[in-house]
Amino acid sequence: MYAWLWNHLPGPTAVRALIAALLFVAVVAVLFTWVYPWLEPRLPFTDVTVDSMDRFSTELSTGGDV
Amino acid sequence: MTEPAPAPAARRPSRGWSLVGVLGEILITLGVLLLLMVVYQLWWTNVEADRATAQAASSLQQAWTLPDSGGSTDGESEGEVEVEATEPEFGDAFALMYIPRLRDKVWGMPVVQGVEAEQLAQGIGHYTQTAGPGEVGNFAVAAHRATNGEPFRNIDQIREGDEVYVETRDSWYVYRLDRDEIVLPIDTWVIDPVPGEPDATPTEELITLTTCNPRWASYERWIWWGTLVETVDKASGTTPDAILAAG
Repeated sequence: MYAWLWNHLPGPTAVRALIAALLFVAVVAVLFTWVYPWLEPRLPFTDVTVDSMDRFSTELSTGGDV
Repeated sequence: MTEPAPAPAARRPSRGWSLVGVLGEILITLGVLLLLMVVYQLWWTNVEADRATAQAASSLQQAWTLPDSGGSTDGESEGEVEVEATEPEFGDAFALMYIPRLRDKVWGMPVVQGVEAEQLAQGIGHYTQTAGPGEVGNFAVAAHRATNGEPFRNIDQIREGDEVYVETRDSWYVYRLDRDEIVLPIDTWVIDPVPGEPDATPTEELITLTTCNPRWASYERWIWWGTLVETVDKASGTTPDAILAAG
């Protein structure tokens, strides 16, 4: 599939390499800005609170959420 | 790795081999995504948290230089009736914490109202329903031990007798840590006004620090409790020695 992508990028090799690099950076930006922050609380690595509710609960109740 | 082996005959690989090739590319892509997640978690969350922490701390200090608006600006200022009794808004920084033993991290670290990911990424989170700094009851806070600024990274170095300084607009509160325990995440009793005695009426001013244990997993919680030993009115112009000495 990357070969397919490469073949469909316009221009000479240097331009294609540049576009490919930009695409990669764009993908990383999307991942760091939206995907990983969304994923992070769903993984069991960064919980630090005592909490009677399970960590998949996203809403903070006003009373019982400890 | 799973690169297609030289295809039989010409340049064009057979259908079967190109499927293997695509599968290999997908697997490599997944590997790269996982590595990037690690980079994000171990590095980028700290970059973002350090920035957010610095910003929260400086805007809090700036707010303290202005006259007290009592947390909300809608009138009812009726003299000086309630000093520090007003609850901070959810998500607002309202105090700064200094722990000499954790000086690398917790030195002027903002304490933010709430313990959701968003607040914990700005510093130390305050369990909303627990007492405020210096109040009778339990001033309970949580912070990350790994990633997201990791304020309590070195909680394992804390020793009995260590002090925690909490600075608010008007006062310094000095707590002395005297007890720790490793508990389960569901052990919410640790932040009770009187820890472990849900029905008791608090008489002491306590502090509770909670963070994850072990550091890179989090199936337990490491808890430190302490007791208020000193209150210093900032109006008196004095600053606790430990803070001054450390500069």
